[in-house]
Amino acid sequence: MKNYKIIVLAKQVPDTRNVGKDAMKADGTVNRAALPAIFNPEDLHALEQALCIKDKFPGSTITILTMGPIRAAEILREGFYRGADDGILLTDRAFAGSDTLATSYALACTIKKIKDYDMIICGRQAIDGDTAQVGPQVAEKLGIPQVTYCEEILKVTDKNIQIKRRLERGVEVVECPLPLLITVNSSAPACRPRNAKRLMKYKHSNTLSKRQENDNDYVEGGLDSYLTIKEWSVNDIVCDAKQLGLAGSPTKVKKVDNIVFQSKESKRIEDMDEDISGLMKELIASHIVG
Amino acid sequence: MNNICVYCELEEGKISDVSFELLSKGRSLATQLKCQLEALLIGHNLEGFEKEIFPYGVDVLYTADDARLSPYSTLPHTELTVNLFKETKPQIALMGATSIGRDLGPRVSSALGSGLTADCTELEIGDHEEKKEKKVYKDLLLQIRPAFGGNIIATIINPDCRPQMATVREGVMKKNIFNPNHKGKVVKLDVKKYVPEECFIVKILERHIEKQKSNIKNAPVIVAGGFGVGSAENFKLLHNLAAMLGGEVGASRAAVDAGYVEHDRQIGQTGITVRPKLYIACGISGQIQHLAGMQESSLIISINSDPNAPINKIANYVIAGKVETVIPKMIRYYKENTK
Ligand SMILES: Cc1cc2nc3c(=O)[nH]c(=O)nc-3n(C[C@H](O)[C@H](O)[C@H](O)COP(=O)(O)OP(=O)(O)OC[C@H]3O[C@@H](n4cnc5c(N)ncnc54)[C@H](O)[C@@H]3O)c2cc1C
Ligand SMILES: Nc1ncnc2c1ncn2[C@@H]1O[C@H](COP(=O)(O)O)[C@@H](O)[C@H]1O
Repeated sequence: MKNYKIIVLAKQVPDTRNVGKDAMKADGTVNRAALPAIFNPEDLHALEQALCIKDKFPGSTITILTMGPIRAAEILREGFYRGADDGILLTDRAFAGSDTLATSYALACTIKKIKDYDMIICGRQAIDGDTAQVGPQVAEKLGIPQVTYCEEILKVTDKNIQIKRRLERGVEVVECPLPLLITVNSSAPACRPRNAKRLMKYKHSNTLSKRQENDNDYVEGGLDSYLTIKEWSVNDIVCDAKQLGLAGSPTKVKKVDNIVFQSKESKRIEDMDEDISGLMKELIASHIVG
Repeated sequence: MNNICVYCELEEGKISDVSFELLSKGRSLATQLKCQLEALLIGHNLEGFEKEIFPYGVDVLYTADDARLSPYSTLPHTELTVNLFKETKPQIALMGATSIGRDLGPRVSSALGSGLTADCTELEIGDHEEKKEKKVYKDLLLQIRPAFGGNIIATIINPDCRPQMATVREGVMKKNIFNPNHKGKVVKLDVKKYVPEECFIVKILERHIEKQKSNIKNAPVIVAGGFGVGSAENFKLLHNLAAMLGGEVGASRAAVDAGYVEHDRQIGQTGITVRPKLYIACGISGQIQHLAGMQESSLIISINSDPNAPINKIANYVIAGKVETVIPKMIRYYKENTK
């Protein structure tokens, strides 16, 4: 029985589902600091698909790769609690301002460095931009096929994989050779909860620099142990600097506007028989209905 | 050269509405930019589709006809599109923000190294000045979309890379026949030349496409219910009113999440976009994500027990009251006045 090497792409995102009044600045831009940072929801569904494969083929390994600020190490830890084996934090000022194309270029270069993989699993889309572009773009840059909108992985063999896809108006079952990239929908099963033992084991895991900062974290094992999250910079991957960050991003944000809905002059009507009768007469007379 | 190209999507042997909507938008952009409008149609048995496509003002229709190209599959459709774009160098390329377009678009943009903006709600032409370099870009595609869960609106541009690519959801642009007698030319592509054999490695084993249950998008009247409707039972009132007015029932996400009504009736940013003649919002508070899908309705009536519900700001008529009492009255007085 084969063991699979799985890379999960996950992103730390501001929780745009709970944007309160204080999250918007007066100029209409977003005050990221006021929003909690979370594991992108669909990336947790992606992790669950990877964990299911590991359940069936116990020698398989799961590496979570995330690109973001140092703080994004939080989601790698979250992944360890739920069963991931390894995590890589790709972090560097050179990546700042990346659009989806520059992000996928950096991720693809990192995956080339990891080299040995059978499948890459990511979320369909991240809730900060809702673009759903990074997955397919990473696949293209690696020259491997993609299967998007996965709801269930039906079968895995040495050579290929069968996947049920959820489309807008239906479902499709496809068979694709390995290696490939899969994007997972929120209609796939939710991620299992944290495992208490793993939580105890990994709660002090962090990047090397962070662990050195708080030396009370040195407890068990020393610096080179499983508690050290791999932190890679632009120097750890082979890439063309011109394709990174703001400069490597073909799309630019020209401007950002607050949403203002024009208020209309509305007519107020009471819940009385004659008012509603009058309204219905008006609608009929103006041929809007009837 | 440097034309506008629309990728036309086929669903169960028919061209999707979103493709006609994009052709309509593409036509007006092409007229403004004084360039040609092109369409790309990939699939099988494509003879005759030109009659449907040309009236939207298409000057050149590229077709790639091969049994293996239907139904849609990522790699061959990407390869064809990328290789054609390398030859024809469009300045703008548009696709539907559908299961197909959002699978194809990013892959094509990555291969061409061009920018792509997903889910645009408006497309305009405009200039842009790069202040630092004092450089002025003329006639860029301004790609306007909600961002951050719908809390802001961003305008995105691709100053240097071509094509400028964008996807747009179904229902966002208006479908418009340009000229029923407009004639373009058909260019048949030699599929073997564009798509290498090794692209056909993903096999489709099964496929079930469900017939659309509701026809909300084209309904002239929509009676939409929110969390304030209170129960699936109360939604029956909305169905009765909608049936009587020749309309359809829509819903807010909160009503869908509460299980009052099916998911395919959800209206808004993550649902359908509609612009009916009449929109009756029943027990809907009117959060921006909902308004994004219905604010262009010609006439809006809000029925809400809270006189300060945000939806009332964009409603033409505000009925302060409870759904359970107001709707039966509307039904009664409609019947009395049409007899
Ligand atoms: C990223 C994102 C995407 C989203 N996409 C969508 C989308 O596509 N579509 C969408 O709709 N939402 C969407 N939402 C959710 C949206 O923010 C709101 O939560 C949702 O629209 C609220 O639905 P509602 O108005 O029915 O419920 P509520 O906000 O709970 O409002 C209920 C209303 O009913 C009134 N009411 C209560 N009882 C009665 C009664 N008996 N008679 C009359 N009135 C009554 C209340 O006064 C209130 O105004 C999205 C949210 C996010 C974060
Ligand atoms: N910075 C990132 N680091 C790791 N994975 C990412 C990153 N950005 C996007 N992804 C992956 O790509 C998917 C789609 O993201 P997006 O195109 O931004 O909607 C996400 O669900 C993640 O799996």
